[in-house]
Amino acid sequence: MEFRGKPLREIPKEKAFYFFTSIGNYTGEKAHSLHEFLEKVKEIDIKSLEFHLYRGDFEKWIREVLGIRELAEKMDEIQKLNLRGETLRTLIYETVSRFTKERGQT
Amino acid sequence: MKVKKGRIFLDDLDRKILEILMSNARLTYTEIGKKLGVAHSTVYERIRKLEENGVIKKYTAIIDLDKLGFKPTTAFVTIYSDPKESENIARKLAKSKNVLEVLISLSEEFLIIAKVIAENQEKLHSFIVNSIAPLPGVLRVRTAIITKKIKELSSTFNM
Repeated sequence: MEFRGKPLREIPKEKAFYFFTSIGNYTGEKAHSLHEFLEKVKEIDIKSLEFHLYRGDFEKWIREVLGIRELAEKMDEIQKLNLRGETLRTLIYETVSRFTKERGQT
Repeated sequence: MKVKKGRIFLDDLDRKILEILMSNARLTYTEIGKKLGVAHSTVYERIRKLEENGVIKKYTAIIDLDKLGFKPTTAFVTIYSDPKESENIARKLAKSKNVLEVLISLSEEFLIIAKVIAENQEKLHSFIVNSIAPLPGVLRVRTAIITKKIKELSSTFNM
């Protein structure tokens, strides 16, 4: 299992995850850590989750900024399920939540 | 043209010269003079004063990028911001090569409106993610991508 990142460490603002609902439309919500990301997933407009998941933005940020390949691969797997709406939100939330709990980082 | 207490007053002839220049800045003083029925020396003198006083800021060319095979994405980006940071945000945006115009509106909320150009929609999005969203005081952003241009004028007197 590869885990070279530090998911709860705060990252610089320019590397934070900025939540958009479509091209150029920024919600004002951002996450500076995996913990913050998980909190935002709970409440952000569902359009934002759908927009970013299917562009591969979550996978890319988790892999390239947080450095957590295993969780990035799980995002890729979720993308292939082609889910929408609250089912999608629940799955993303549970996946990230489980990952952090398994490592005692809730 | 007269200048009184730092304010510039144009007469009809100044306005007509400016209207002609705004539609074609390459006409000679003689050609403009013929259109208006005045001597080329009069036109020369009027234009010199308009330039000296900064009424005419510069002469520029409007390039048809389509002819060069370059079809950029243009968008009006509205930034809702913290009023304390708005001036800083506007100034930072104005320095970017991707930003053609920056305007400030004080209607119901404090808004910054920027005309942004990018190679394509994906690069426009990256610009907003990397260069606008992280600026301190940016609360949210709305983007309208331009799909068709019907009219373009730099300015007008006919209001």
